[in-house]
Amino acid sequence: MDNLELKRNANAVRKGIVTAVHGAKAGHPGGSLSAADLFTFLYFEEMNIDPKDPKKADRDRFVLSKGHTAPGLYSALANRGYFPVADLPTLRHLGSYLQGHPCMQETPGVDMSSGSLGQGISAAVGMALAAKLDKKDYRVYTLLGDGEIQEGQVWEASMFAGARKLDNLTVIVDNNGLQIDGKIEDVCDPYPIDKKFEAFNFHVINIDGHDFDAIRAAFKEARETKGMPTAIIMKTTKGKGVSYMENNAGWHGKAPNDEEYAVAMKDLEEIDKQLA
Amino acid sequence: MSDIKKIATRESYGNALVECAEDFPELVVLDADLAGATKTGTFKKAYPDRHIDCGIAESNMTGIAAGLATCGKIPFISSFAMFAAGRNFEQVRNSIGYPHLNVKIGATHAGITVGEDGATHQCNEDIALMRTIPGMTVIVPSDDVEAKAAVRAALEHKGPVYLRFGRAAVPVINDRPDYKFEIGKGVKLTEGKDVTIVATGICVDSALGAAKLLEADGISAEVINIHTIKPIDKDIILASAKKTGKVVTVEEHSVIGGLGSAVCDVLSENLPTPVKKIGVQDVFGESGSAGELVKKFGLDAEGVYKDVKAFVK
Repeated sequence: MDNLELKRNANAVRKGIVTAVHGAKAGHPGGSLSAADLFTFLYFEEMNIDPKDPKKADRDRFVLSKGHTAPGLYSALANRGYFPVADLPTLRHLGSYLQGHPCMQETPGVDMSSGSLGQGISAAVGMALAAKLDKKDYRVYTLLGDGEIQEGQVWEASMFAGARKLDNLTVIVDNNGLQIDGKIEDVCDPYPIDKKFEAFNFHVINIDGHDFDAIRAAFKEARETKGMPTAIIMKTTKGKGVSYMENNAGWHGKAPNDEEYAVAMKDLEEIDKQLA
Repeated sequence: MSDIKKIATRESYGNALVECAEDFPELVVLDADLAGATKTGTFKKAYPDRHIDCGIAESNMTGIAAGLATCGKIPFISSFAMFAAGRNFEQVRNSIGYPHLNVKIGATHAGITVGEDGATHQCNEDIALMRTIPGMTVIVPSDDVEAKAAVRAALEHKGPVYLRFGRAAVPVINDRPDYKFEIGKGVKLTEGKDVTIVATGICVDSALGAAKLLEADGISAEVINIHTIKPIDKDIILASAKKTGKVVTVEEHSVIGGLGSAVCDVLSENLPTPVKKIGVQDVFGESGSAGELVKKFGLDAEGVYKDVKAFVK
């Protein structure tokens, strides 16, 4: 898929995020928007998946370890054809199949329930291990927040993945720099992130998470890396695409009201015009 | 009594895994640097490619098992009960329980019979923790025969199962031709009319011993083995309570949240009956030999006998 098409899809994913969170009157737009380009690349280009057969045996797997950014995953899945985009505003509503955090039993295309930080990466490691045990060649991807890596379980999982040389595993860290209580370096500084994964025997790639050429090159490099898992540390802007949400920790877990929603959609429609 | 065969249920667990390996090709066994103690080492020796040592990282082991299960494997994860259920509670709840994944938890070294290691390793809270998780099956085998049957039943069952095994050697009490294990089905071991003794795990043997002592005093006790704490066999408990009007529970676990509480749930909602809960009385354990501790906590036949007698009077 060419970059222009990816950008258009990413913008549709962002609109879906804002619409879902507005419909829910709650949720996490900031980290969903920062990872929107990544979600788009994974589901529209990188992963071997089939929206018509979400549980296809040897499909690639994705685990959203930073599960609170479910709106981003849901919007990507909906826009990719797993379920109707029109259902996104039912997010977090009673009876909806779009739970506040990903639920694999409810939502087509969700490979693992997640939301309690630090646990998703372990499940992804288990999936990668299953592929190795069964001598299958599917790949496993997991997305972590840069605040999430403060959880010790992330490093238990990383130590295991490095030790077991799980080269079918790609860990992506969304380095948008902000967590609920503020800047990650002010809360509990996790830097240098790349050096940490290197120390755990990962092949590490640093990229701009909003540059599709860089994203594509990184995943190609990950696929070609043998004998060790890959960590892609992607620098991103929290709230990317919505003017007033960008780089604002306040939009980590807050829904826009009707006026704010209108402004957000106008911002994104502007981007559509530029991409036309 | 010295000619009675004794074996620790953790030994039975390791042996059962090996015995089930060919029948369940998707079975894989995970451990967290305790393969020698949990006895999954027995499986490792026979099937090295299907045994995964995760290192000292129980939370990650739990998540790995969840991921394996989503890909069709049937993982058994092992550690001491303190870590498998205690340290790991939230991982078990969210990564296994909530998605109802087909992961089995083989927890060994449960209760006070861990012995000399002392309170930090004596988990008297695991049944309470595990039975609160929706969809979780909780099994506490009483001896070698039951432990092996439980492992096979857990593999046949689709969904998460918590199995509780002990460190200390315990008498084999179920070695009889008509023995049958069914998840959720209690077993009546003696007929009685004066009091019901509901026991689980290694305390089933103590209950049987106590029943003999009570018999000499003219007290007829009905002993029921509840090997499955969840789902619990309501029918067998209610039928017996209706007959005897008095129920005693015996467990190597806190009296808060374990078998005693589960039995009280059943009785209070259906047939309010006086209950005496024998177990660890809201205290931590301590170092000592398994035998000394069982005696100190009143979980041996003599201790159970005294408590039941006082209760029945």
